[in-house]
Amino acid sequence: DMAELLKLQSEIKEFPKDQAQETRQEENQAATRIQSWFRACKVRAYLSHLHKKAIIIQKIWRGFTARAPQRSCTATFSMLHANISVKPLCSQIQRRWRGFFVRKYIHNFYARKSYLEGVTMKNESVRRELDELEELQKRERDCLAMVKEQTAKVYQAHRLHHLVSTKQCPGVFNSPFRPAPHEMELLLRQVKYQTPTRLAPRGRARPLGIPSPTAPSFPGTLGSPWIKTSRTCCSRPVLPPIVSKKQQGLYREPGEVWEQRVQCPDLMLCLQTSYTHLEEAQNQLQQKETVRVPQKHISYTNTTTDSHTVMLQKSSHIYWSSHNIKATCLIVCKSLLGSYGLGGRAGYPLITRLAV
Amino acid sequence: MSQRQIVQVFEQYQKSRMQFVQTVADLAARPQNIEILRNAGVMSMLRPLLLDVVPSVQQTAALALGRLADHSDDLAEAVVKEDILPQLVQSLASQNRFYKKAAAFVLRAVAKHSPELSQAVVACGGVDALVLCLEEFDPGVKEAATWALGYIARHNALLSQSVVDAGAVPLLVLCLLEPEIALKRIAASTLSDISKHTPELAQTVVDTGAIAHLAQMILNPDAKLKRQVFSALSQISKHSVSLAEMVIEAEIFPAALASLRDQDEYVRKNVATLMREVVKHSPELSQVIINYGALSGVIDYVNDCRGNLRLPGIMMLGYVAAHSENLAMAVIISKGVPQLGLCLSEESEHHIKAATVWSIGQIGHHTPEHAKAVATAHLLPKLLELYMDARSSEDLQAKSKKALKSILQKCTYVPGLEPLLYDAPSNILKHVVCQFSKVLPHDSKARRLFVTSGGLKKVQEIEAEPGSALQEHINAINNCFPEELVRYYTPGYSDALLERLDNYQSA
Repeated sequence: DMAELLKLQSEIKEFPKDQAQETRQEENQAATRIQSWFRACKVRAYLSHLHKKAIIIQKIWRGFTARAPQRSCTATFSMLHANISVKPLCSQIQRRWRGFFVRKYIHNFYARKSYLEGVTMKNESVRRELDELEELQKRERDCLAMVKEQTAKVYQAHRLHHLVSTKQCPGVFNSPFRPAPHEMELLLRQVKYQTPTRLAPRGRARPLGIPSPTAPSFPGTLGSPWIKTSRTCCSRPVLPPIVSKKQQGLYREPGEVWEQRVQCPDLMLCLQTSYTHLEEAQNQLQQKETVRVPQKHISYTNTTTDSHTVMLQKSSHIYWSSHNIKATCLIVCKSLLGSYGLGGRAGYPLITRLAV
Repeated sequence: MSQRQIVQVFEQYQKSRMQFVQTVADLAARPQNIEILRNAGVMSMLRPLLLDVVPSVQQTAALALGRLADHSDDLAEAVVKEDILPQLVQSLASQNRFYKKAAAFVLRAVAKHSPELSQAVVACGGVDALVLCLEEFDPGVKEAATWALGYIARHNALLSQSVVDAGAVPLLVLCLLEPEIALKRIAASTLSDISKHTPELAQTVVDTGAIAHLAQMILNPDAKLKRQVFSALSQISKHSVSLAEMVIEAEIFPAALASLRDQDEYVRKNVATLMREVVKHSPELSQVIINYGALSGVIDYVNDCRGNLRLPGIMMLGYVAAHSENLAMAVIISKGVPQLGLCLSEESEHHIKAATVWSIGQIGHHTPEHAKAVATAHLLPKLLELYMDARSSEDLQAKSKKALKSILQKCTYVPGLEPLLYDAPSNILKHVVCQFSKVLPHDSKARRLFVTSGGLKKVQEIEAEPGSALQEHINAINNCFPEELVRYYTPGYSDALLERLDNYQSA
C-alpha cells in the first residue's frame, strides 16, 4: 500500500538517480532534435506544396494575360462580338494568297513569255546557221565539181593535142566561120604534149603547162566550229607569182638560153608551111639578093617565103636576136604537123624530140 | 603409164574442177541463170567441191554457193537441207581469209531470208564461228562476219540474244574503231539491228561504251556511215528514258542538227527518227531538244521532203506537243501548224495523214489559245472532211474524229467554229453547238457576227431531240438573242406568218 508505494518510489528515486540525471539531458536533446527535424520536414513539405500551387496559379495567370491582346484585337473576336460569320472571310484570305502564289511561282506568265521568245530566237539562229552550213556545203560541192570538170577537159585536151589548128589548116575547134576560137582550141594551144603515161593525171596533180584553173574563191574555214571540213580542193593557198622587174631592152628571159640548149639542140630548120618552100625560098632569095642588100641580119637558121615575110620581118625586128626561138620552134613543129597531116607518123618522133 | 602422165590426169581433173566452179560462180552472179542452174542440180555438185583439196576451188565453190543462196530463199533452204552449213562452219575455223570471207558470205546469204533459216545457222554453231572471224586481222573478213551477224540479229529478239550471248558486242564496238569506212558502216548497222528489239539488248550494247564511239562518228563526212550511226542511236534511245538520257548526254545534239541539212535524204530521215525517239519519253527530254533549236530544223526538214520521209518529223512534233501546253505553244510559235496543214493537203497516203492529224490534235487540245491557232490555220474543216470521207481508212477516220473532238472542246474562236456548223454530223455538231453556247452569252460582237453570217439560222434548222444535250445548248444559244430574232429565223416562220395573216380579221 501506501507504505510500499512510498518505499518503491524512494527506491526508484534513489536507485539510478545520477545515471538518469546524466542521460536525461542527452535524451532530451535527442528528442528535441528529432522533433525539430520532423517539424522541419513538415514545414518543407508544406512550403513546396505551396510553391507548386503558386506556380500553377502564376502559369495560368500569365497565359491569360498574354492572350489578352490577341483576344481583344482579332477579327474573330470583333466579329464574334459583332455576330458576323468567319468562314467566308478566311477563304477570301486563302484564295487571295493561293492566287498570288500560283501566279508568281507555279504558272509564271512572264517566265513563260520570255521562254517562248527565247525559243523563237533560238529557232531563228539555228535556222540561219543551218542555212549557212548548207550554203557552204553546196559551194564546196560545186567547187569540187568544177575542178573535176576542168581537169577532165584538160585531160581531153592532152589526148587531143594533135587537133590544134596550124597555120595551114584550121583545126576542128577553130572553124573559120566562128567569130573566135572555141575554148577547146585555146586549151589545145596551151597544152604541152606529154608522152602518154599509164595513168592520166587526175585529181590533184595539175597538168603541166596549163595555167591554173580559175582558182575558185572558197573560204578556207567554216564558221561553225562543230563541223569538220572535208578535204576541199583549194585548201592550199595559192601564192601570187613572183613578179620580177622587167628589164628594159632586148634581153632574153632567164632560163631561155638554157632551155634552148637543152631542148632544141639540133634545130631542124624547117619552114612553116609548104613542103617545097625551101627550094622556092632559095630561089627567091637568090633573086632578092641580086636586087637589094638584106637589111635584116638573118640568122642562118631560117629562110622565109613571100607570104610569110611580113610576119617574120616583124617578129625578126623585135624578137630575132633574142627571144622566142623556142616559140618559133613550136610554131615550126605545129606547122610541120599541119603540113604532114594528122596521119604523119614520121613526124611524130621528131616532134617529140623537139618538144621535150 | 609414166608418172608424168598419171600426174597429168590429176592436173587435168583439177583444172576442169576449177573451171567448172569459176564458171558457175560467174553464172550465179546473174539472176536469170539461177533457175537453170538450180534445175541442173548445182547444189549437190557444189557440195563436195567445198571439201576439195585445192583451196581456190573451195573458195570459189563457197562464193558460188553464196551467190546462189543470196538470190532466193528456196535455194537457201536447199543449202540448209543439204547439210552444207556444218561443213562450212567447221572449215571457218581453220581456213585462210579468202575462204572465211566466202563462207561468211554464204552464212549471210542464208540467214537473210527468214528467221527459221537464221535459226538453222545459229543451230549449227555459225554464230560462234562468225564471232571468231571478228577477231581476225583482215578487214574484209571482219566485214563479212559482221554483215552476217547483222542479218542474223535482224529478225527477232531471240536471235539477237544468241548473237549477244556469243560475245559479239565488244568485238563489234572494236570494229567501229577500225579505219575502214565499210567496216564501220556494217558494224554500226549490226549494232542497230541488235539493239532494236528489247531494252535489255540495247542496254548490253550501251554497256560496252558504244554510244561514245557512235557519237564521234556523227562528224564523219561519209553519208552511208551517218545513216547507220543515226539509225543505231535511235534504236538504242527508243526503249526507255534512261537510255534516251544516255544518248543525249553523249552531246550529239548541236552536231546532229547539222546533219538535218545533209545531202543524203536517209541521213536526214534517221536524224529525225532519232529526235522522235528521244522526245517521246518525257517533257524534260523534249525541253532539252527544243533548247537546241531543233524545232526549226525539223519544220524545215518536213517542208523539204515528201512522202514517207516526212513521217518521223511529223510524229516528233506531235510527241513534243503532247507533253505539256507550253511545249505545244513552242511548236505553234515555230510555225508548226501551217506546216502540218501543208502536209495534210500534199500527202496522199493515209498513214501519213493519220499521223499528221494526230499531231494536230496533240497541239490543239490544251487550251483555247492552242485551239485558236489550229482554227486560224483553217484546219478544222479539213479534219472534218477527213472524218467524213468514206475513202479514208478506219484509222484515219478514228484519229481525225478524236482530234476534232478534243480541239473542239477547247475552241472558242467563233469564225473557226462556224464552217463546221454546216457539214458536220450530229456527234460533232453537238460539240460545236456546245462551244457556241459557252462563247455567245458573253460576247456581243460575236453574237452579231453569228447572226449576220447565218449561223443563227443554221442553228434553228438543227433538229434535236428535246431533252438531249444538243437541245439544251440550242436553248442556251437562243436565250442569248431576243425572241423576235429567234422566231424570225425559225424555219417555217414565213408560213406561220402567212397563216396568221389568213386568220387575221381586221378590226
